[in-house]
Amino acid sequence: MTFVAKPRARHPLLPLNELNLTRRDYEGAVSTLCAGCGHDSVSAAIVQACAELSLPPHRFAKLSGIGCSSKTPSYFLDKSHGFNSVHGRMPSVATGANLANRALYCIGVSGDGDSASIGLGQFAHIVRRRINMLYIVDNNGTYGLTKGQFSATNDRGSTSKRGVPNLYEPIDLASMALQIGASFVGRSFSGDKRQLAPLIKAGLMHPGMAFLDVISPCVAFNNHNGSTKSFQYVREHSGKLMEADYIPQSAEINADYEPGSAEDLLMPDGSTLRLRKVDANYDVHDRIGALAHVQRCQDEGEVLTGLLYVDPDAADCHDILETVETPLNALTEEDLCPGSRELARLNDSFR
Amino acid sequence: MNVTYNDFVIRFANVNGSGSASANGMFAKALFRMGVPVAARNIFPSNIQGLPTWFEVRVNEQGYLGRREGVDIMVAMNAETYAEDVAALKPGGYLFYDNSKPLAASLRRNDIREIGMPIATLLLTEFTDLKQRALFKNIVYLGALSALLNIEFDVITGMVAKQYKGKDDLIRPNIHALELGRRYALDYLDSPIEHQVRRTDANGEGIFIDGNTAAALGALYGGATVCAWYPITPSTSMAEAFERYANRLRVERKTERRKFAVIQAEDELSAIGMVIGAAWNGARAFTATSGPGVSLMSEFLGLAYFAEIPAVLFDVQRAGPSTGMPTRTQQSDVLGAAYASHGDTRHVLLFPSTPKECFDFAADALDLADRLQTPVIVMSDLDLGMNDSVSEPLAWDDARRYDRGKVLDAAALDGIERFGRYLDVDGDGIGYRTLPGTHPSKGAFFTRGTSRDEFAVYTENPDAYQRNMERLQRKWATAATLVPQAEIQSDGRKAGILYYGTSAAPMQEALDLLREDGVRLDRIRVRGFPFGAEVYEFIDRHAMVFVVDQNRDGQMRTLLSNEGDLNPAKLISLRYYAGLSVSADEIHRQVLDHYRAQKLPRLKEVGA
Repeated sequence: MTFVAKPRARHPLLPLNELNLTRRDYEGAVSTLCAGCGHDSVSAAIVQACAELSLPPHRFAKLSGIGCSSKTPSYFLDKSHGFNSVHGRMPSVATGANLANRALYCIGVSGDGDSASIGLGQFAHIVRRRINMLYIVDNNGTYGLTKGQFSATNDRGSTSKRGVPNLYEPIDLASMALQIGASFVGRSFSGDKRQLAPLIKAGLMHPGMAFLDVISPCVAFNNHNGSTKSFQYVREHSGKLMEADYIPQSAEINADYEPGSAEDLLMPDGSTLRLRKVDANYDVHDRIGALAHVQRCQDEGEVLTGLLYVDPDAADCHDILETVETPLNALTEEDLCPGSRELARLNDSFR
Repeated sequence: MNVTYNDFVIRFANVNGSGSASANGMFAKALFRMGVPVAARNIFPSNIQGLPTWFEVRVNEQGYLGRREGVDIMVAMNAETYAEDVAALKPGGYLFYDNSKPLAASLRRNDIREIGMPIATLLLTEFTDLKQRALFKNIVYLGALSALLNIEFDVITGMVAKQYKGKDDLIRPNIHALELGRRYALDYLDSPIEHQVRRTDANGEGIFIDGNTAAALGALYGGATVCAWYPITPSTSMAEAFERYANRLRVERKTERRKFAVIQAEDELSAIGMVIGAAWNGARAFTATSGPGVSLMSEFLGLAYFAEIPAVLFDVQRAGPSTGMPTRTQQSDVLGAAYASHGDTRHVLLFPSTPKECFDFAADALDLADRLQTPVIVMSDLDLGMNDSVSEPLAWDDARRYDRGKVLDAAALDGIERFGRYLDVDGDGIGYRTLPGTHPSKGAFFTRGTSRDEFAVYTENPDAYQRNMERLQRKWATAATLVPQAEIQSDGRKAGILYYGTSAAPMQEALDLLREDGVRLDRIRVRGFPFGAEVYEFIDRHAMVFVVDQNRDGQMRTLLSNEGDLNPAKLISLRYYAGLSVSADEIHRQVLDHYRAQKLPRLKEVGA
């Protein structure tokens, strides 16, 4: 519950990361979501990923819209500022935040209602602008806070808790992201932390728009038989494509995989992203191939998870806009104001 | 001949997309360069090509630069609008038209003077290129006008040379077309006519500029680094000017990288969202929009008010409601902007009247938004934003520092035991904020549109909610002391006139006209909202105050009586909202009508 303070005591055996911090230093307030909610697992995976990456816990900008998913930035990284904005408009706020300070890690958490319905436009446009951030959708196919209406990602034929089938086609945000410019697209399942946490790590370190669609069942309104977003359904229909391991710069890299079954990608910070392929024929750099594969699996009722696509060299919005390295919010009068002598010249140009 | 100098209204009637805008602009600029006060008004359609468009230039040595009723010289270049153009002329006015085709008998008026010139016929023999023939029509009448009005010809040719610098192949035919028109007017027309121009130095150090350009420079000087916007007339040119000047003046020399970011958003919701996100993260950010955009931004404005995030908006107002008349001017967003969004919200408004003030208020708005941690909306309008007029030169004090408001850095946080984002430490209703990433363990908080306590912790506690809302009221009271004060000219008259924004342009002339009719009014120009004490004192001191609004519903009058709990009967509404800027004649007439209807004494009658 909200009003119960989380004990600050730390277990003596918790491992320390490179910053001498434990996982506890990356946590947030106690969740007020329902017991067993998939979203809490996503928050936990974010905590784990950030701790294992040894990132400074105060150097994040956490952004969200409105909905259950959008509450979650309270529940991780409480040393960082968060912004719970307007329904469906997290992308624009994140865009502004990232433009203002490119040096912060930017995490946006949204939901399927937030991103696929009211915010579909903003979702599409932040992807095409390639904001350097990790954009996570906690996708449960339903409106939880308003008690179980279908969302736009809900599959056609999937039923509500009362047994009424959804009549409309689903929007697949991962496919959209692939189509319009995300340079890192993955899908995962809140119930599979071993897959999710490394994907979050890789997404955070990816120097561009990283999108993760995380199926995250709603235990209150969309976890029944007949729902295609229930724990059981996803476990039974999930097809794994690719696991990603994030190997920091400092770690030794061992080639402990069969030739052809994995690929190492060197990240800009010197770390390595190791992709372990389940399907040796899948090319994770082929955007159009990825799109076709995702759609095919969807038609066959399979929930494809893993890293779907990555372009490690893609530009981000700051590259496109050619902004200075110094964060814009750190520029001073000397950097910004052209001064009175220049203004005299400008005045002359209007005479 | 009864010659008058530097005092006339000339209107150009053209077809839009025909290249007339640049010729007409050169006409106005030439007069400005001769030291003559001018104001240009582009009365244009929401269309790219083919519809009627007018360009009106008020020339007045006394500096009366508001719109004036009646046209002295009509340059009628659009056959489709001949009838209304001829009708717009004052008796004794001049109709300048292309008589390559004869004027229909039905259009003839015996109280005006016709100046026919066979422009199309002249061009037929001089230019073979069809495009040039069409384009130089405008240049030819410009040349003819130089002779008819006695404009110094080298001022115009100098402008052509400057405009096409380095493109000799464009300068030559342009000058040739100018000379063609001038030669014809000197040889065959009664040049000059009764309305003439003569060099003076009435413009002093003044510049000839539009409000949107000035506002863009103000935002640039004021340190804005993020501009997010969505194209909408009449605000578009502000965002475009910002980008243009920033590309020149805000590039890091060594790396050639930009010290700013401009994003053309997918809509106004996104534009304001980006501004709020950037400002939350410590960058100075703004958007430029118009009424429909403000409507779309309303939800976000409520968030920024409640979550206390700086944001700067320029509302270049146009005629509503709905799409209304998108290319015509109005002041019809006053109430919408003041109270934008759901719940109890109020927003700080600034009302510039001149391009210089657009510049000043743009920079001031960025300071005020940071100081007050709330949205600030600069209420310009189409007339001010898109039209060139003579303005005081822009000025900047190099000693000026940006007021970033109450922002705690890491060192300041170290000195505080417990940071409370919404604590009213100083009693002015403004809390201290921190920027993301400032300190490893202190100062982080969660920004939200839901209620919270002084330490930014989510709460639905009734007392905490109400305490917060009351603090926001204290902040509002602080804002009233920080916005630009009203300008007052008081001679102890019983009645006053209150106005804002572009209604200032015709005001001196209107008051001078009224004085001739025995009506003398004290005046107050409101420049900011919340209203300062001086506004209420002015109203209190006067038995009756006329309130000039360029909207149908008297929105400023409503705002005044609502905010000040004033007796509305004391506030006499003067309203003009037909889409052109309000004229001195209109204000004069409406005030006199009131005096007559109420049988109020006027000085002449009292004296007689």
